[in-house]
Amino acid sequence: MATVLQESLDTPFVIGDREFRSRLMVGTGKYSSNAQMTAAIAASGAEVVTVAVRRVDLDRTSDEGVLHHLDPNRYFLLANTAGCYTSDDAIRYARLARAAGFNEWVKLEVIGDQQTLLPDVVATIDATRVLASEGFKVMAYTNDDLVGALRLQDAGAVCVMPLASPIGSGLGLLNPFAIRAIKHRLSVPVIVDAGVGTASDAALTMEQGVDGILMNTGIAAATDPVRMASAMRLAAEAGRLAYLAGRMPRREVAVPSSPSAGMLGR
Amino acid sequence: MPNERRVTIFPRMTTPVLHEPSAIALTVNGEQRAIAPGMTLADLLAGLGLDPRLVVIEHNRSILRDRDAYASLALAEGDVLEIVHFVGGG
Repeated sequence: MATVLQESLDTPFVIGDREFRSRLMVGTGKYSSNAQMTAAIAASGAEVVTVAVRRVDLDRTSDEGVLHHLDPNRYFLLANTAGCYTSDDAIRYARLARAAGFNEWVKLEVIGDQQTLLPDVVATIDATRVLASEGFKVMAYTNDDLVGALRLQDAGAVCVMPLASPIGSGLGLLNPFAIRAIKHRLSVPVIVDAGVGTASDAALTMEQGVDGILMNTGIAAATDPVRMASAMRLAAEAGRLAYLAGRMPRREVAVPSSPSAGMLGR
Repeated sequence: MPNERRVTIFPRMTTPVLHEPSAIALTVNGEQRAIAPGMTLADLLAGLGLDPRLVVIEHNRSILRDRDAYASLALAEGDVLEIVHFVGGG
């Protein structure tokens, strides 16, 4: 399975000091079964796989943890701080995740509004500063806002993760201009996180020149998640290649593809 | 009494500890629990059927980084434990 572009066609994908195989990262939430989740993740070709930290259900009415189903030798497990509404909470969750012993990476989310799940960028910057000083590799989820992204970079984030549209919305890339502006100005990698609904959204996002893309609901909530995961893999690669290839200029007039000379009878 | 039902999930506890004056009350994942005196954290995890390698534990807001120390950590009255693990998420 071609999960990565040939080296000659793409540049290495490096965040912090680590090179990753796939520019598509996926979440593990919302699948109807663990079997479906593992099949979809395999089809996506993703290496980075996000997980959430939650209390163990002491009465065992819900399913056991997700780690039984994800081989740490095959996947790079990335803990998130989803559901945290303060920097203190997010820091606490990040520390708990690191204590699990996988790695020092965290996908930092501090949510600021329950209805839209839009990030609290100020709190995210605060938490980034603290966690970076503790040696965490912070991947910071944020709004599609250049200044917030710059502040996160200054605070020590190893990459910045602006949203395409709100978490779980499937609305696709709402502001390509903002994403391009962020990519253009930041020196750390830019990974678009959240809002991708279908394959064309993923391709369009990657065509903006960003370094990677992270999605969960776009795959998990598809009617056939395994097929959609394959589609997302192809779309992310296609968008990346199209960006590197450089698209033709847009023209508002037609230009013939075939020679105009040599027509019969002229 | 919900607590009486919950006590039964500790298979290693042979006595109805809630009625023992020496029972130790603590909070586990936000719920009040009663355990027998002298139980260690390792005992509690075993009683709950949890694999120590798959969970992370916060003991009175302090993260326990050394799993080998669970067997020597005696639980005390009023202790607050958070036992977390990884679940699906995006």
